[in-house]
This record gives sequence, structure tokens and C-alpha cells, in this order.
Amino acid sequence: MSLTKESQNTLNWSSTVELIDNLRVDEVGLKERVASLATRSIKKDSKLQALNYIVSMCDLTTLEGEDTEGKIGQMTAKAIRPDPSNLEVPSVAAVCVYPALVSKAKEMTLNSDVKVASVSSYFPSGQAPLESKILDTQFAIDQGADEIDIVINRKAFFEGDYRKMYDEIIALKEVCKSVHLKTILEVGELRTYENIKKASLISLAAGSDFIKTSTGKISNGSSREACYLMAKAVWDYKTVTGFKAGIKVAGGIRDSKDAIRYLVIVNEELGGEWLHPDYFRFGASSLVDDVLKQIKKLKTNAYQSSYYFPRG
Amino acid sequence: MNTWEYAESIESSSIVNIEKKYGIFIDGKFQTAKSKKFIKTISPSTEEVLSSISVGNKSDINSAVDSAKSGLKIWSKLSGTERAKYLFKLARLIQERSREFAVLESLDGGKPIKESRDFDLPQVAANFFYFAGWADKLDISWNTKGLKPYGIVGQIIPWNFPLLMLSWKVAPALATGNVVILKPAESTPLTALLFAELCEEVGLPPGVFNLVTGDGTTGAALVQHPDISKIAFTGSTAVGKYIQKETADRDIGLTLELGGKAANIVFNDAAIDQAVEGVVNGIFFNQGHVCCAGSRLVLQEDIHDEFVSKLEKRMQSLRVGNPLDKNTDIGAINSKEQLNKITSLVDEGVAEGGSIFQTECDLPSNGFWFKPTLFTNAQPSYKIAREEIFGPVLTTLTFRTPEEAIEISNNTEYGLSAGIWTEKGSKILWAADRLQAGVIWANTFNKFDPSSPFGGYKESGFGREGGRHGLLSYLKVQS
Repeated sequence: MSLTKESQNTLNWSSTVELIDNLRVDEVGLKERVASLATRSIKKDSKLQALNYIVSMCDLTTLEGEDTEGKIGQMTAKAIRPDPSNLEVPSVAAVCVYPALVSKAKEMTLNSDVKVASVSSYFPSGQAPLESKILDTQFAIDQGADEIDIVINRKAFFEGDYRKMYDEIIALKEVCKSVHLKTILEVGELRTYENIKKASLISLAAGSDFIKTSTGKISNGSSREACYLMAKAVWDYKTVTGFKAGIKVAGGIRDSKDAIRYLVIVNEELGGEWLHPDYFRFGASSLVDDVLKQIKKLKTNAYQSSYYFPRG
Repeated sequence: MNTWEYAESIESSSIVNIEKKYGIFIDGKFQTAKSKKFIKTISPSTEEVLSSISVGNKSDINSAVDSAKSGLKIWSKLSGTERAKYLFKLARLIQERSREFAVLESLDGGKPIKESRDFDLPQVAANFFYFAGWADKLDISWNTKGLKPYGIVGQIIPWNFPLLMLSWKVAPALATGNVVILKPAESTPLTALLFAELCEEVGLPPGVFNLVTGDGTTGAALVQHPDISKIAFTGSTAVGKYIQKETADRDIGLTLELGGKAANIVFNDAAIDQAVEGVVNGIFFNQGHVCCAGSRLVLQEDIHDEFVSKLEKRMQSLRVGNPLDKNTDIGAINSKEQLNKITSLVDEGVAEGGSIFQTECDLPSNGFWFKPTLFTNAQPSYKIAREEIFGPVLTTLTFRTPEEAIEISNNTEYGLSAGIWTEKGSKILWAADRLQAGVIWANTFNKFDPSSPFGGYKESGFGREGGRHGLLSYLKVQS
């Protein structure tokens, strides 16, 4: 299989078909492997290292109709300095907001390393014509977004029109150019493991820099099984093209223990190279606070209440 | 590049209490062996001496047989329901003290704590519960009342799953009304000794369970004793053949569970990533010290390169080290002797022309260790493709057609187990029908359940353990 000329990390359609043809996943074996990785015992220094990774990999997120510039102000301040009482805690990777709030977020993060990510393409349903998705995305980029989180066309996917799903991502990637593109699969709607792996590979072949589990807008957002499968897809895609894509897990990851289990999956299935915000992210709102509490606990042996940590 | 090392997470060994010296368990209590001879049992991961155990001789076996005779008088008068009560009690106690047993098993045998904790011990308790349930239902097990226990059963068990093999043997024997003289492996006697303490604690009638530790000479004395009515042995094919010859002239029951060289067949329509996991589990589980280990990877030629590349990558993530570390995947080789055997077979594999891949990892300086090893470019005629290595060594053979896969898989004197990896249901049934092996797994490997009979074809032995069929290994049928 060969890469197309236009882009570094895109596969043409016939190569993509070859990649997703006869794709097989065994549910029992997959669950067993994921369960066994969950038994890793992460203690002491390795736990502290993991907790710091998690903070640095977070996309602190608010995606609500009630979001205002005031709310974005609170959240970005927290993103830059998650724990003012402990300056060793790194900034988070990015804040993730709706397109209308990108300019405020950009203004707030100006003098920091925190990136601004915007959802687009008629997040979370994606039920709009491609023209509208392009406008939505172009607007967010014009506002200054560093990263764009789009949703795949699940309508097309379930109707078997994989080509349409692929073409839409290709079109949005063209809009993005060098802006980092994360493609949300919404694994809780795809349901089967074959679907998740198939959607992962199509999204990667269409030029996504990251694949992402969920919008966070449905109850069964992320799962460790989905993360494992996406890691397998990322590995397979790297084997074919040499391109090293990232993974973002989002949707229901609320505590450190769960987040560490995700890190273990990435560490053992892809390797230490992926333990970097360029290649692995958590989309989260409440996770950061639990991680901060755990870091404080490791350092001081005191488990502090939430009011010791700033509101985001 | 980031690296994230997992800090050591050691299971505390303070939970176990190991005596300096152990006697033998006869007449319901520990006694000094008449032999007055001891050998040391060491931890294979550190070579540290853990304890001294008695080496029972002929007169110790005589005492055990006398004890068993008086035990049988009591045991044979109890109803199935009464026998079951003791077995249920033992099952519950094993569960309660499972952490202690698990630590002891990993210390004495070298297997990773995550396996002794999550596999061995749950299985041990499950076996006692399962056979306790049969004790009062024997008349409906084969729809006949004409089932009679042998009487005094001699049981010899190996070092790879010491307590699990004890449970496979002791639970069905006692449930069916027999009494037992058990000889554990010389390198791994400690969990059996702790089990004897449990028998005392539950008040099992004296003489029903007898334990004589020792070496090969102790086993031979047990096999040769004329009052033993049945021998159940798990171990090497060579010793199995010796026992069969030794007992040929006597009225004695015999079941043998011996070696294996199982084929793990991966077809090109398998779920590849999960097949890789299954192949890894099939050979590297318990350092490959598994009689049913999938030690031959029989791989369809057109997926060879993709599969081997994924397999090597996966092998590289295996964590070799301290068995008591909760993050260890591969522990220590059980003994110096076994390590030498593995090393020499692997050297021969290289000399014969096999391409060797071993994971890059640091091995501890003390103890017995062997890196997870994969051979490719091996031929069915090579020694590494024919002989049981009983270590973390996988030999790859390739095939073109399903028929050829079956021929290669059956091209062995062994027939204990086999694995089939394909997403096509009809192909599973087709292959299972043609494979000459007692246990066949499809799209999984090394799965055990007390209700499933386990045993071999060909030189892998005869008789079944587990399930309803397992009862017949301890009952004489009369109609």
C-alpha cells in the first residue's frame, strides 16, 4: 500500500478498502487481554509519574449550551495552572470548547503552552450536510483553534457508505491543513468491536492525526476495550504507512485509577513513545481534580477535599 | 522517548509460615520420617533455602499404607454426604487461606504471583467444591449403583502446578470413597504440606489423606507397594512408561497424564491480534511448564510474516522477574535441572538451523531464568519441533492448506491438547474432528473447568481427570 501524494498520512480509497477488508476481532480474547492489563499494580514513583502524565495529557473540556466567556475564563485559568499550591504539576494539554468560544479561550491561553481545541462538524451528531460541516470547521480555525475535534458520519457508516464517511474526513482534513485533526468515532454507538476497528482505520486512512472514542454526550462513552482496539488500529496503520497517530479517550473517565489503566494499555500495546500529549490525550472535566488529589496524597499523605483545588 | 517503568509491587511473604523441617503426614498427624533423611527445598527465583523436607523411604511408605488401611475402614463406612462435608470444608478453607497458598506456591515453585493468585488457587478451590458435589451423587453419575472405589490410591504429582495437581487428584479420589497416599514433587512440596495441615484442621479422619514427601526413590517405593490398588500419575512420559511396566503384573488401576507437544494452529482467517494473545498465553503461561502448552505454532504460510512480527512485539512486552512482583508475567524456571534441559534443547534448535528470537530483558543474577524464546524457520524434523521442552520456547511450523495443518499437528507421539484459531465456525469443527488430542481449544487456550475432562491421546497418557469422566479414574465399574 502506498501513501497518496497530497498528504503525509492519507491512504487512497482502494488501499483503505484493503485495510478494512476481512477485519476480525474476537470479543472473548480482547476482553481477556484488557482485563489482564487492568491487574497491573502501579505504585509509588511510577504512580506519580503516571498522574503527572495524565494531567499533561488532559483536554479540559466544557461543551454545554450554557457555556459563556466567564466559564471559559475559569476553565482556561485552571488549565494553565491546575494546582496553584504545587507548581510541579504541569499544565494540561488543551482546553476543548465549542467554536463560538474559541476566541475567548485563545485570548486566555495566549502566554501559555495550553492549546485550544474546538469541536466542529456539527458535533455531537454530525447530522448536517458536508458544506455546513466545512463552514463549522473553517469558522473554528479562523477563530484560532489549534486542534479540531470532528465526529464521523455515523449515518453513512451504518448505511454501509464507508466511502462517504472517508470522503467527509478527507474534505475536513483539507480545511484543517496543518491544524491537528481529531476524529471522534462515538464507540458507544458503533457497539461492535469490528465496527470500532473499522471506523478507526477509515478515520486514520482519511488523514486524522488522532482518533477519539466519544463525544462525551452519550452514556457509554469510552471503554478500555475501545482504547485497546484503537491502539491496535494505530499500530496496524503505522505498520502500513509509517505514520504515528494518536488516541484520545473521552467519555466517562472520572478517576485516576481508571485513567492509569488506560495508560497501561497504551504503554504495553504501543510503547512509551506514545506516553506524550502529542500521541495520547484524555478528554475530561472532572478527572483532573481526582488526579490532583492523588498527587497531593502521594506527596503529603493527606487526601484533601475538593475545595482545596481551584474550580475549573 | 518516554519510558514508564512500573515500580516493584511485591506481594508480602510475611503471610506464610515455613517450618525449618517437615515430617511426613500419616495417621492424621505430622511424624518424623523413619528414613531420617532430608533434602532442601529452595526458591528457584533466589536459590534461597526455604526448608528441609523428609525423603520418605520404603518403611515410610509401609507406615503410610498401614495408616491408609485404617483410614479406609472409617472412610468406607461414611455416606457420600458425610464425605462431601469434609471436602466442602476443605474447599472453603482453601479459599480463606488462598493468599497464603498463592505466596507459598510462587516462593517454592517460581511461578508469578498473579498466576498462583488468579489461576491456581481459584481452580484448586473450584475442584474441591466440584467433587464435593459429586460425593453423594455417584449412583446417578453413570446411572448405576455398581461403582466401587479402588481403596488405597497412590498419587504422584508434578512440580508445575503443585497444589492444583493435588486438587485434581485428591478431591475426586476422596469424593469417590478412596483413601490417598500422595507424593508431591521434590522441588515443590510446601503447598502440599500446608494442605495436610488443613486436613488436620477440618478433622479429616486419620489415614484418609497421607502425605509422604521425597524424591524419585520415594515415588518408586509407592508404586511398588503391593497393597496399593490404584496409581494416578502426572509427569513425564519416561516415568509414566516406567510405572506402567512396573505395575504390569499386578491387579492395579492406573491413570497417566504425561507430556505433550501441542499444536496451536492459526489459520489466515483468525482474529490475528487475539490469536497472538492466545499463542503467547499458550506457551508462556507458567514459564511454559505446562503439559498442555501450545509449544508448536502451526501457522498458515500467507500470514507468517505479519503474525511473527506481532508476536515478537508482544513477547517483548512480557515482564520477566521476581515471581512475587504483582507485575511479573514470567517467573523463574522451576529448577537448575530443568533450566539445563531447556538450554540444551534450544542450543540444538539453533544448531539444526532454526532462527531464534528472544525478548530483550535483564535476568536476575541469582535463580534460574530463561528468556521467552521463539523459533522460526524450523522444520517438523527438528528436535525443537518434536521433543517436549517444558519451558518458554515456541517453535513455528508453517502450512499451506487445512489438510496440511492437520497432518503437521498430528505428526507427534503426543496428543494432549491442541488449539484452533479461525473465525470460521465450520473450520473449527472440521479441524477438531481430525486432531488427535484429548483437549481441543478453539479461539482460546489453557482454559480449565472442573467439569471438563482432561487427559491425553497417544503417549500423553490415558484416563481422564475432571468432570463426570474423571470419577471413573477412581471407581471400578461393576454391572
